[in-house]
Amino acid sequence: MADQPFVIVAGEASGPVLVLDEPLSFWGGLDAETGRIIDQRHPQVGESVTGTVLCMPVGRGSSSASSVLAEAIRRDTAPAALVMREVDEIVALGAIVADEMYGTTMPVVVVSGTEFDRVTQLGVANVAADGALNEV
Amino acid sequence: MDLDLSPDEADMLSGAAGPGCQLAMRVLTRTARAMGATRLRPISGAHIDSCLYHGQAGVDFAQRLVDGDARVVVPTTLNVSSLDLIHPELYRGDAETGRAARHLMDLYEQLGCEPTWTCAPYQLEQRPKLGEHVAWAESNAIVFANSVLGARTHRYGDFIDIAAAITGRVPDAGLHTDDGRLATVVVDVSQLTPTLLSRDVAYPVLGHVVGARVGTDVAVLTGLPKGTNEDRLKALGASMASSGTVALFHAVGSTPEAPTLDVALGGQEPQRTITVTMADMRAARNVLSTADAASGPPLRGISLGTPHYSVTEFERFVDTLAGRRIAPGFEAYISTGRDVLTELELRGWADALQAAGVQIVTDTCTYITPIIEDRPGPIMTDSAKWAYYAPGNLGVEVLFGSLEDCIESAVAGQLVYDEAVWHG
Repeated sequence: MADQPFVIVAGEASGPVLVLDEPLSFWGGLDAETGRIIDQRHPQVGESVTGTVLCMPVGRGSSSASSVLAEAIRRDTAPAALVMREVDEIVALGAIVADEMYGTTMPVVVVSGTEFDRVTQLGVANVAADGALNEV
Repeated sequence: MDLDLSPDEADMLSGAAGPGCQLAMRVLTRTARAMGATRLRPISGAHIDSCLYHGQAGVDFAQRLVDGDARVVVPTTLNVSSLDLIHPELYRGDAETGRAARHLMDLYEQLGCEPTWTCAPYQLEQRPKLGEHVAWAESNAIVFANSVLGARTHRYGDFIDIAAAITGRVPDAGLHTDDGRLATVVVDVSQLTPTLLSRDVAYPVLGHVVGARVGTDVAVLTGLPKGTNEDRLKALGASMASSGTVALFHAVGSTPEAPTLDVALGGQEPQRTITVTMADMRAARNVLSTADAASGPPLRGISLGTPHYSVTEFERFVDTLAGRRIAPGFEAYISTGRDVLTELELRGWADALQAAGVQIVTDTCTYITPIIEDRPGPIMTDSAKWAYYAPGNLGVEVLFGSLEDCIESAVAGQLVYDEAVWHG
């Protein structure tokens, strides 16, 4: 991955940075009604992802993650934006379909390892349409 | 490098084949770009996970496809839904969710999909062959198609599965390419005891260990018995795809793209080698249980068949049960596909199992929808995938055990557990 961010879903958003300590399968791991992490084995179980700039290096698990994310976006319980280190097509699809269906854009940006580490240190981050990530 | 479309594909994208097909092509091409594909390629079949209800967004999408006159153009099977249409009385969820789930199922049938309602489409008569390109969703089906059948599907999720079936195309990238299928990680399991590897219970636990450690990489396992059977490879892959993001693994001497270690690696040096120990296996087995067997409420049921039980798995269950009955008041569920149920009926096993106190569940699975009775006490399973997801989905406590542990516990009506196999 070059240093230039790879923008999968383009848009502007900002929110407090939440870094996932472990990959999370949205299906079985995220409650789309509340935006909370419900995977009992996840270290951040009970935390809310709603409105955050969610830093999740890689995806995990079920094919249904796309549906859960699309539903969370529809219900306004989703993160404000998603920052990843590797492309996860299943997660990306949730955001792509919500964009197509409802015109609700949740930016998804894939960045290099160095950039990912930098973003995780931010307090409140802004995602620009070109994928630039900066402290608000 | 941008995505290069054929005239037919460009027509679909422009709406010439109708608005439903256009939406499908928009989703497909956007995903293709995310995958770094420069072109699309044709497929011969699809398996759809989007038919499982997760909320209104999924219904809205399917409705838009139906209203836009979309139809699948390749043979397309359907994954489990939230409802058991053959035993509808088993559904204990709220009626409104049930109606929405049923509506979603109907929409997918209207799109031309076959109502197979199974997460194990590889157990159907028609299944893809070595080298055949398909678009499969459902993580356990993906890993089985790629690894055990040698068919080629990328790790597809909801929405793109049906988009691929409607357009007849997938992005020509990832696991559809020769390079994308080569192993980069070697997993050495030769330290595991032959006794453990001779038991079914080793495979879901091994998958849990491997999935958590390989993440998204393609792994090749060495040290597994040659010709490891499909049921074991199925359990191995399903748990790898739960604890990790595995969509393809190779097992030297057991899977079609790994006649030798060197072939599986494409002649390259592996990026890393992982050694799995007996201690790793015991640790993973412990993680798979959430219940405290010593001080918690007593075991009150078993649930098997995640992924859907095959005919040979039923055969082992029937043999092990050996004419005995499930203890009174103890719950016993086995999830399977309706096609397998038909076979069980022909063999007389369906009636025999019912008489023994076993509830067969079809079209859905006990960990995704409210079927299991809502009362205290853990459920035992031999499925790492069930053990992984059921506590979050259902709020139940789980104990992981072997098929023999499950059956002996169910017959005794209390926990029976063979610890010996995990040592030595």
